[in-house]
Amino acid sequence: MEKELIRLDNIVMHFGGTEVLNCLNLHIRDREFLTMLGPSGCGKTTTLRIIGGFVTPSSGRVLFDGVDITELPPHKRQVNTVFQKYALFTHLDVFENIAFGLRLRKVGDADCKRRVGEMLELVNLRGYDNRTVSSLSGGEQQRVAIARALVLHPKVLLLDEPLGALDLKLRKEMQLELKKIQQHLGITFVYVTHDQEEALTMSDTIVVMNRGEIQQIGSPTDIYNEPKNAFVADFIGESNIIDARMEKDYVVRFAGSRFECLDAGFTENEDIDVVVRPEDVDILSPGAGQLEGIVESSIFKGVHYEMIIRTRDFSFLVQSTDNQEIGREVSLLITPDAIHCMKKSPRPHVKEGGEEDA
Amino acid sequence: MRKRRTSVLALPFTVYALIFIAAPLLLIILYSFCVSPQNGVTLTLDHYKKFFDFSNPVYLQVLWRSIYIAVISTAICLLLGYPMAYILSKLRPGLRQVLSVLFVLPMWMNFLLRTYSWMSLLEKTGLINSFLEAINLPAFNIMYTQWAVVLGNVYNFLPFMILPIYNVLIKIDQSVIEAAQDLGADSMKVFGRVILPLSLGGVASGISMTFMPAVTTFVISKLLGGGQNALIGDLIEKQFKTTGNWGFGSAMSVIIMVLILLAMNFTSSYEKDREEGGQLL
Repeated sequence: MEKELIRLDNIVMHFGGTEVLNCLNLHIRDREFLTMLGPSGCGKTTTLRIIGGFVTPSSGRVLFDGVDITELPPHKRQVNTVFQKYALFTHLDVFENIAFGLRLRKVGDADCKRRVGEMLELVNLRGYDNRTVSSLSGGEQQRVAIARALVLHPKVLLLDEPLGALDLKLRKEMQLELKKIQQHLGITFVYVTHDQEEALTMSDTIVVMNRGEIQQIGSPTDIYNEPKNAFVADFIGESNIIDARMEKDYVVRFAGSRFECLDAGFTENEDIDVVVRPEDVDILSPGAGQLEGIVESSIFKGVHYEMIIRTRDFSFLVQSTDNQEIGREVSLLITPDAIHCMKKSPRPHVKEGGEEDA
Repeated sequence: MRKRRTSVLALPFTVYALIFIAAPLLLIILYSFCVSPQNGVTLTLDHYKKFFDFSNPVYLQVLWRSIYIAVISTAICLLLGYPMAYILSKLRPGLRQVLSVLFVLPMWMNFLLRTYSWMSLLEKTGLINSFLEAINLPAFNIMYTQWAVVLGNVYNFLPFMILPIYNVLIKIDQSVIEAAQDLGADSMKVFGRVILPLSLGGVASGISMTFMPAVTTFVISKLLGGGQNALIGDLIEKQFKTTGNWGFGSAMSVIIMVLILLAMNFTSSYEKDREEGGQLL
């Protein structure tokens, strides 16, 4: 593991009367691609701005390489930022935009030229030196913004939803490209997004946030496969979140049936949430599974069909490559490793198309 | 089809513009080449020759004085107006609105009244001097000097400088300023390298908005400058109202118009460079 580079220590942030961050603790390692993920208003951008120095936390400390930088103004920090709407300097051409930071550091002309050239190469904009910023497309402006921030060789690059304004295809390309740049340069990226897919694609570590609190920190696979609570399960990927009762270790009751599971350590008969990913539900012919139901709807999604199957107590979202006719009676099988038991937690509805019906 | 419909909508203004803008303009140009426009059309270049007579440059001197006073007034407006606009743009929105109205408020009063009130302030026995006398300080005599005219200009035209600059400044995206800080600029450098260059469009508008009325004014110079500080505007007025030499008055109007056009061309080319220019014109 790389050494710790940034530490946020008990950060509290108030704006007016509202608490935006509630005692946040986070450490970011060197060379890590860390993504802060959450719905709007969860405090992820504020956290990024605290690291960048644009806002000072109401209380708590920010450590960089062991040094307290809580009060250090942005222009003295060793981090650079890619802003949400690029924030390019419209009075300067592409070259001067990228050279802006170098000029402030009084880097000589020849050096300046070489380093800007390297950056243009890195972001695939060779030959764009003298173009005006307003003549560039959104994707190209984004590349200039990235080059402008990277030219100073920061130890950490902060990215505030940098791909939000791009169309889907371009966004996917840029995701891969950003990841490549990060690995090539070997620096830390702190990335803010509300797009779970983006987070899963690029990150080494994902920090899921909601209402100013960290919900879970982990690798993309951890977060997806072992969500700590219903909020994380709901926010990352599609899921069935079902009210359940833990009858005893390895036995859980939900949707009107009793299931075997792999979880233990809850108190007997504790009310919990169970998460079942839609791709983990098997559809069998009637009578062959654990729950009987009727196919209520089926939508073709390209790779798979997405079906809603209504059982007596709960409507399951199920993904399968085999289509089932609407109205057909089927049986569902949920194997023990498909069941994730979680402590109950308040679950704000942030995503559209909540799968839960009950 | 669509094109025709929009041109129909433009008709009222086109008629208006033809009658009240184009026709008078053409008339003035025509008059300036007539010996005596009141008595029929006899073409001549005498009026222009008279103005540009280098052996007797009275009129050129007046033109020079007008430009000189207008440049100084504009410069002072800029020096006062830019910081004012900057401070205004940094305030929170509610306060900002109230204050920007307060800046325009004096304009709601009649222009002549405002200038007359400066007379009563600046006069030998005026408010300022009575006050200075009362506290045993030497009197302050700028009435009927160029400086009184400059003061009148600055007072009357300052809002025209503040507003376009302010309009550009409030449109500068906060994140652009943060980007500059992020790249290592302290507040002085943020201003010098980002805010100032981005606001030059507004400065250019402000300059033309102040310079134009300042160079053509005749009321301010007459009331505050007295007889010996007549400007080109006074001269033109005199040709029409006292001397009755409409041809010469028209020629001077044309000259000053050309001058302003040149100045505007200069500033507007600047504004086109920076697309964010906040123009009032």
